[in-house]
Amino acid sequence: MTEKLHGYVEKLKQENAGWVTDIKDELGEVTVIIPREGIVDVCRFLRNSEGFDLLSDLCGADRGPEEEPRFEVNYHLFSTTHHDRLRLKVLLSEDDPTVSTVTSLWRTADWHERETYDLLGVKFEGHPDLRRILLPSDFDGHALRKDYPLRGYEPYSMN
Amino acid sequence: MGLENTVFESLPDILTVRLDAVVNWARKSSLWPATFGLACCAIEMMNTVSARNDLSRFGAETFRASPRQADVMIVSGRVSRKMAPVLRRIYDQMPEPKWVISMGACATSGGVFDNYAIVQGVDKIVPVDIYVPGCPPRPEMLVHAIMMLQQKIMKESVKDRQDTFEPESRESKVPGTLPVTEGTALERETEIEVAQHQISRPYTIPSRHEKRRSS
Repeated sequence: MTEKLHGYVEKLKQENAGWVTDIKDELGEVTVIIPREGIVDVCRFLRNSEGFDLLSDLCGADRGPEEEPRFEVNYHLFSTTHHDRLRLKVLLSEDDPTVSTVTSLWRTADWHERETYDLLGVKFEGHPDLRRILLPSDFDGHALRKDYPLRGYEPYSMN
Repeated sequence: MGLENTVFESLPDILTVRLDAVVNWARKSSLWPATFGLACCAIEMMNTVSARNDLSRFGAETFRASPRQADVMIVSGRVSRKMAPVLRRIYDQMPEPKWVISMGACATSGGVFDNYAIVQGVDKIVPVDIYVPGCPPRPEMLVHAIMMLQQKIMKESVKDRQDTFEPESRESKVPGTLPVTEGTALERETEIEVAQHQISRPYTIPSRHEKRRSS
């Protein structure tokens, strides 16, 4: 079912073997884990050479403070020509949750990266306007981190 | 013809009556709510105005899109922290006399949303006259709240509510920077705690008529 998707991964490997750290194949979906230095190059290659012209989603996740690496950023690619989906994943440590922006490739990444920064504190280097998008601008902390208290910090907790 | 003639024939030309009674009677009979729906309670609020429940029977069906023309703010739903300064600004833009109905569990206490994103009770932002329980309240309950508000209005004095031109009503405040003030609807313990720790409390300014009443 996923042979075609694995074909793209093989082409990635042929282009640069250092781009692919790991491959996951579950539920008919293929996830490629990419070292964070290579994410922009990988995205550019997939967009220009393999037809993945749409970034359908970009999101982050916190695996928990005890995990290492703690954060991950997921790139959900879609092709409007051959209708395949591919997921890229970058793992980030808690000490330096920084990854390069892909706004130069897809303008839609702008707000998605702002949301990821807002809720998880992942910083996107080179982003044109990296500020909060959902939470109030004076918000303290990043709300979707696992160690963020549900009621928030003082004085906003109001309890 | 009709009732008017009967009344005019049976009564003298001049009646003596308390000014408060006449003014309050006029105010309560024509309450104009602000069109301000926040969440699912707003659906019930719309139903309250529609044919089945027909809020116009009690003179409160004219929802105005501008706060400058509204008397009552029906806070219908949860107030997010990002919405709080907006809601306060709309309240400040309403001319006196003005009243607030906190509709539903979320507006009253945060409801099930006991988290960082939702203001735990709209009375932390604006002074509330009537609280309506329910999740959401039925339209009948909102009608009842309007009727209770009308009873409350009849007990007021005209002196309590004068339209003022204070600069605070024209400024929008950045949330989290509002000063600690006295005479709010918060519990006394919280007041003391806030005073002791010298922390700023967001979104809490007493309204002008609250100040006057307490002084």
